[in-house]
Amino acid sequence: MTIHGYKLPMMSSLLVWGLLWEIVGQLDLTFFVPPLSEVLVTLFGLVQTPAFLRALSTTAYAFWVGVISAIVIGIPVGILMGKSRLLDELLLPWVNIFLSAPLTALVPVLMVLFGFGTKTIIITTALFAVWIIILNARAGVRNINRSLVEMSRSFGASPLDAFFKIYFWAALPEILGGVRIGVIRAVKGVIIGQLLISIVGFGALFELYSSNFLMAEFWAVLIVLFALAFTLSEFLAFLERKVAYYAASR
Amino acid sequence: MDRYQSHRSLLLKLLSAVLVFGAWEVAGRIPVSYAFPTFLESMAALARMTFDGTIFVAYAETLKPLLIGIVISAIVGIGMGLWIGLNLKSEWLFSPIFVVMQAAPLAALIPILVMIYGIGLTSKVFVVCIMAMPVIVLNTSGAVRNTPASLTQMATSFLAKDRDILLKVIIPAASPIIFSGLRLGVSAGFIGAILSELKITPTGVGDIITYSRSIADYESMYAAIFSIILLAVLFLNLLEKLESYLFEGNDRGYVSD
Amino acid sequence: MPVTDSAVSVRNVSKSYGQVEALRDLSLEFPRGQLTSLLGPSGCGKTTLLKIIAGLLPASSGTIEVGGKAVVGPGPDRAFVFQDFALLPWASVIRNVAFGLELRGVARSEREAKAEKYIREVGLAGFEKSFPHELSGGMRQRVGLARALSVDAQVLLLDEPFSAVDEQTRRKFQEDLIALVQNENKTFIFVTHSIEEAVYVSDQIAILLPRPSRVHEIIRPSISRAQGLGSIRRDPEYLDIVDEIWASLRSYVE
Repeated sequence: MTIHGYKLPMMSSLLVWGLLWEIVGQLDLTFFVPPLSEVLVTLFGLVQTPAFLRALSTTAYAFWVGVISAIVIGIPVGILMGKSRLLDELLLPWVNIFLSAPLTALVPVLMVLFGFGTKTIIITTALFAVWIIILNARAGVRNINRSLVEMSRSFGASPLDAFFKIYFWAALPEILGGVRIGVIRAVKGVIIGQLLISIVGFGALFELYSSNFLMAEFWAVLIVLFALAFTLSEFLAFLERKVAYYAASR
Repeated sequence: MDRYQSHRSLLLKLLSAVLVFGAWEVAGRIPVSYAFPTFLESMAALARMTFDGTIFVAYAETLKPLLIGIVISAIVGIGMGLWIGLNLKSEWLFSPIFVVMQAAPLAALIPILVMIYGIGLTSKVFVVCIMAMPVIVLNTSGAVRNTPASLTQMATSFLAKDRDILLKVIIPAASPIIFSGLRLGVSAGFIGAILSELKITPTGVGDIITYSRSIADYESMYAAIFSIILLAVLFLNLLEKLESYLFEGNDRGYVSD
Repeated sequence: MPVTDSAVSVRNVSKSYGQVEALRDLSLEFPRGQLTSLLGPSGCGKTTLLKIIAGLLPASSGTIEVGGKAVVGPGPDRAFVFQDFALLPWASVIRNVAFGLELRGVARSEREAKAEKYIREVGLAGFEKSFPHELSGGMRQRVGLARALSVDAQVLLLDEPFSAVDEQTRRKFQEDLIALVQNENKTFIFVTHSIEEAVYVSDQIAILLPRPSRVHEIIRPSISRAQGLGSIRRDPEYLDIVDEIWASLRSYVE
């Protein structure tokens, strides 16, 4: 939007919403919405407390282990599916099922199998992320220009060379797209896992704050979480645009 | 696809199912864990629950917040999406909210929703809505914004009024993407519905899962989980079929060959 | 051929996008009942000029008159044929052809009868119920042409209509276009980047040069079409004009 010929930045309206929040909070309309300023003051105090830092580090640990395993498993499986028809036909139905299935229903199973701890959260996170990564890597390989493959063959590339020098790079835009969506899903997965287990990380904090009606603390943690998730997703979108330049010209 | 091809494809699908369920059966027989029943035991439990009607009672309960939430999300989400897509001011004001919602782990709002609306149906409907709505809004507004310029120009050159452009060009052109947004919304809604039954209060299928876990009746627990995943996948597949039937050829035809 | 009165007059039209000047002080007359080509290298603003005549883009200054009336926006006196066809992918051929009439509020039976007539005329009889994705590129453009004909506008604006169809189809189209100009008493404005195509189909060729766009030259080929369309491409004048235009354009190509 432009005002007097000056183009307002895309996300600037969040300031308006922040102001609205402050007003609603100041008017004391509801106990559940304290003023934004109060939440922000709480936030600065909160982020230095050991309880918060511990929650953040357990969550970050579970999140990154989950995401990295999803990537390490997902990309090769996807590339293999894109290359081998037999494997593709055997695995694709399951990938599609788990892509759209309500994976929350599996968390109770993971809890009885792997305990009420970090292990279950890591697996939940990976389960949320891995399917879309597989599917995109597969699509990337299948979209590779035939003549690129034939070119590498005609210049005598070995299968290993072809894999690392052609398939991976040619499919990279799609692969990165899959990783971005996978990471966004993983953020949701890690929080859902923690909410259901509720004795680890932010799940435990939420439990603590909501049972003691500490609204400012609760909103402060939510703001941190949402901001982290949004920054991460924007950063990955930025990376994706960086490689997208050759996606169009393949 | 000729007959050999479709036979092969069907055969491979069967083989793939046999492999996975077979692995489940074997793992259950070893057993890998005291809490890991075999495939056949779980299926027997599912049959038992189907015959004594437990499962239908449970689904009547589970589907209530899901359906209400989906309908609300669809109406509000598509309306909101159209408005954001057509009006630059409302885009500036509202689209950041939905962009953040799409990226953020909204499940974290559940404790607050419970504090405000209690543990009843309202909270569960809310959970379904916050999960399902962002993708519906963003798909709709994006599709409206990306209406092929040549189509709107064509309509303008043939003297279309604004209302005609909206009803006869923009909405039909956007409808495949709006529909796929709805499908993604339903998928997210399922996640929300189950999550709310597991987190807020155990009712419906969530109740079967929670209760059977507490009495170590793992067969029933696995059966309930199996059934909800099956239901979601079947329903979403149905939507996908409907989608390709309704919009066949719609995404082609802009391209010149 | 004597110059008849003008169906469309472009007077001192300029168009700029911010700092970029696309058209500068361009004036051009389009004789009634004839086909005028706008020819030039890419980026010379020929499509911009066509869209300004159509009323789809506003001119920064200058005036356009169609049939003596100033253009302020799209009007019933002009119909546009799009480069990428601009067909509604969800609508059948007959609804696409009748779409212009539908927007004018013509009753269904009437507009479909009219559409059927023009579908036959462009050679698509039997495809009324087909959908755009079931047609080849050439057939899609015939739908676009039938749609423009069915609203019975005096001026037809064609924006590189044959650029997305294959060479054989294109040649057939060009022959059909010549017949159309002779049979329908309409004024055609035709944007193309093919020199041969322009010389083959035009009564008048306006050569535009880029940055900013201006009329470099107006050529009125006097090739006789009386001996049949097949002989045009062997006519010495045809070959001379093609060479002459290429000579004046080649310095503008990279």
